[in-house]
Amino acid sequence: MAHQAPQGPFPYGIVAEFDTPEDLKRSANAARERGYTKMEAYSPFPIHGMEDAVGYKDFRIKWIIFGCACVGAVVGLGMQYWWAVIDYPMNVGGRPLFSWPQFVPVTFECTILASAFGAVFGMLGLNGLPKPYHPIFEAPNFERASQDRFFLLIEAHDPIYDRFETKRFLEEFQPLKISELEAEEEGHHEVA
Amino acid sequence: MVARDPHDKNPELLVGNYSYKRMDEDVLSLITQQKKHPFAWYIFLGIGFMITQILLLSITWLVYQGIGIWGNNQPVGWGFDIINFVWWIGIGHAGTLISAILLLLRQQWRNSINRFAEAMTIFAVMCAGLYPLLHTGRPWVAYWLFPYPNVLAMGPQFRSPLIWDVFAVTTYITVSALFWFIGLIPDFATLRDRATTKAKTVWGLLSMGWRGSSRHWLRYEQAYLILAGLSTPLVLSVHSIVSLDFAVSIVPGWNVTLFPPYFVAGAVFAGFAMVLTFMIPIRRWYKLEGMITMRHIDWMCKIMLATGLIVFYGYLMEVFYAWYSANPYELYMAENRLFGPYAWAFVALWICNGILPLILFFPKMRQNLKVIWIVCQFVSIGMWLERFVIIPMSLHRDYLPSSWGMYYPTVWDFGMFLGTMGFFIMLMFLFIRFLPIINVFEMKELLSRMRPGRQAVEPEAASVAGKGGE
Repeated sequence: MAHQAPQGPFPYGIVAEFDTPEDLKRSANAARERGYTKMEAYSPFPIHGMEDAVGYKDFRIKWIIFGCACVGAVVGLGMQYWWAVIDYPMNVGGRPLFSWPQFVPVTFECTILASAFGAVFGMLGLNGLPKPYHPIFEAPNFERASQDRFFLLIEAHDPIYDRFETKRFLEEFQPLKISELEAEEEGHHEVA
Repeated sequence: MVARDPHDKNPELLVGNYSYKRMDEDVLSLITQQKKHPFAWYIFLGIGFMITQILLLSITWLVYQGIGIWGNNQPVGWGFDIINFVWWIGIGHAGTLISAILLLLRQQWRNSINRFAEAMTIFAVMCAGLYPLLHTGRPWVAYWLFPYPNVLAMGPQFRSPLIWDVFAVTTYITVSALFWFIGLIPDFATLRDRATTKAKTVWGLLSMGWRGSSRHWLRYEQAYLILAGLSTPLVLSVHSIVSLDFAVSIVPGWNVTLFPPYFVAGAVFAGFAMVLTFMIPIRRWYKLEGMITMRHIDWMCKIMLATGLIVFYGYLMEVFYAWYSANPYELYMAENRLFGPYAWAFVALWICNGILPLILFFPKMRQNLKVIWIVCQFVSIGMWLERFVIIPMSLHRDYLPSSWGMYYPTVWDFGMFLGTMGFFIMLMFLFIRFLPIINVFEMKELLSRMRPGRQAVEPEAASVAGKGGE
């Protein structure tokens, strides 16, 4: 490597562990009101309204799916047109070569197929999966984030992040545990 | 926060002292602690495995000899192969109905049964796909069904319902598998985090680094909802297209516009019967009565009753249509069904699908697991007979009496049919052992909505009320 990257470990953030989804949402709401912007909540199941609590919106996936649906429809119909009109024209009972009503079912199936791939791979792509390593996995007890515990992370690159002040702030919500996280390399931010 | 009718005596969607932790333990420990499996698991896997050998034998002999070993003849060109294809694919439809349509309708009772029903969908479509594949006679060139550039001067006829079927069924199995997999990702993450053995690597790979962050969940829920919205018209289209294989032709008894909705209702009817057939014993063996409650079973019975009535209405309309059309061939078809050589099948069909399921009108009967299970068996038989009545019975009396014939299935027809049933049983029991049979994260979400606040940290001794029925 030509350039020398700065060597870790880097501070990654502070993570608080809660017992209930209500506690997690309350503390995330309070953190947002305090002015924190780079934070993330982890839970074993989707919590209604959590994205508002951490102040986050992302509706790109529907446009990805819509794009895939359009491509599927055009490819599906185009394929049949090419086959039935250009490549292999066949006179069936004197009907027009481009007898489009009979091409509707296959066009429909191609649309659905392409959109379903768009939904699954769009979701995985936007979520950055597969991603085997992430610094949050180093948080103590984090294996319970997929079982019965709820975690709030405030990232170190938040403008008002302060090692001691943020910790004190999170303690107000009486979490089960508060821990500081470090990352071996830079990047990996949940919130860019 | 599930609204309840005060006069409703059925148990809730969740019976027992559940916590998030106990849900994990009840469902996921079936995978992590393999010794919890009952003896019945070995019995049924063994039966399924042995019958699968019959399937392999039947396929081998078929590929070696050709489809002449089947009972298909002139004029009955479609026999067991198409009957069983339609039967199996119909069974799959309940899974998509539960996972997609009930999600869109915000029916929370789907949460504990959707994973199981989706698995059933995939396995049933696998069994269904075998039949047209083998009916081509040369399964090794089945890729000719797909449009691909070739030098054989050959291409699919896109005006034919048979090629629509190819697209519909392949799309259906692909989308069902995607839907199933995306639903499994968060549960794979839970398994990864609970695993203590080398299996952790496998769960880690399958969960693909799922972290359960709010950003993950936001995109996940959007994708899942849209996928449900896509699957809903898909599932309706699949059986409609299957019915068009018949309805587009001019055979008396097939050329009816009633077919698409009537086939879709029949598919859901048969599918729910199959879900209940497996669900009733399995919830008991694995002590899942607290999550799959009598309330779930009651609702499944109601859907079966409703779709059964639609199907029965279809039977009545077929007879009416034959009379109203004033077409001598259609009239003869109806007469032949009632008094012809296969009248026994027609009468049995009306008893199995039309009369017996009416017992589910009684709320007491919807709480009696033995009655429900027996009704489900009759529905499965009835739905098979329905396809028998539609397919060989319409074909065996051709327009000209000189071309009339009879259809006699051979031992290889029965071998294939039995074989696919064994294959299905084997796959279902393997699924129960190696994948979470209940969607745990959705059940936890349901728990957090129904009983907000702190959950019991230590799971108390299993006190599952509302076993019901017996």
